Amino acid sequence: GPLSERPLMEVRLGELHTWISTCNFSPQGLLGAVQKAWSSYCAKYIHVRRGGPAGISMLLAGYCLLSYGWNYQHFKRHRWRKYH
Amino acid sequence: LLVLSAPAALRALPPPVAVGVLHTTRPLHTTQQSLAPVPPLPEKGGEVRHGFIPEEFFQFLYPKTGVTGPYMLGTGLLLYLLSKEIYVINHETAAAACILTVIIYGIKKFGADVAAFADKLNEEKVAAALAMKNEAMQALQTAIEEEKKEQWRVEGRTYLFDAKRNNVAMLLETNYRERLLMVYNEVKKRLDYQVAMQNLKRQKEQDHMIQWVEKNVVQSITPQQQKESIAKCILDLKALSKSAHAAV
Repeated sequence: GPLSERPLMEVRLGELHTWISTCNFSPQGLLGAVQKAWSSYCAKYIHVRRGGPAGISMLLAGYCLLSYGWNYQHFKRHRWRKYH
Repeated sequence: LLVLSAPAALRALPPPVAVGVLHTTRPLHTTQQSLAPVPPLPEKGGEVRHGFIPEEFFQFLYPKTGVTGPYMLGTGLLLYLLSKEIYVINHETAAAACILTVIIYGIKKFGADVAAFADKLNEEKVAAALAMKNEAMQALQTAIEEEKKEQWRVEGRTYLFDAKRNNVAMLLETNYRERLLMVYNEVKKRLDYQVAMQNLKRQKEQDHMIQWVEKNVVQSITPQQQKESIAKCILDLKALSKSAHAAV
């Protein structure tokens, strides 16, 4: 289909630039994109008849990574060696 | 005449005006689109390997790196992070390892049971909703049949009306006869009264006359006549007794 309506997973690497240029970066646009992403994630992994641990564990893993990233400066001070 | 002039009268009316937001020229409900029935939920979620890596990632790398590609990527990334100490090993690592072990052990051991329990709950809910739907459909079906029966019953209305007409005729007849009887009784009473009056009058006249005759007769019996009649009676009695004695 047309470039601007395709989801991110179906955009090829060469077309990424043009795809980003067609994005709507206003607050409503960003909010809409976040809502769409969240609802598609929910529809795929959470709102199913026989789900498993995958849905929540992916969210928890993402949370772990995010929180590690936010506290990276604090962790950097507790390294075991000075030179790597 | 009135019927023929109706269309002209209707044409003479002012054209309809759109009231509020609803424009009556817009066709309403022409498509089949509706909110129900809701499409059913998918049976299983997206495929995930090792609990938190989506299968799409492995498929994405398969054409270029084959089956072991993502694992090599993961191992290399992990070694890089550890060796450069971008991921620092501290007390939280040990805590995370213990927690993860417990969680994975719990999921492996009790996962199936919890899933079965949740499925049972869902099943009960769905069964209840389905039962309600079936009940409603059944009730409507019986209602349809009842309605059809009622429509069939309507065909017998001629009999009903005939019976009612008969009843009314009967009532009228009974009433008429009652009144007839009343009239007869009243007339009879009046005639009986007249007859009784006449009888009474005759009776009274008769009694009076008899009394008067008796009174006059008694009056006319002088004492002389009385003595004579008594003597005659005694003579007669004596003669009779003599004849009786003779007979015995």
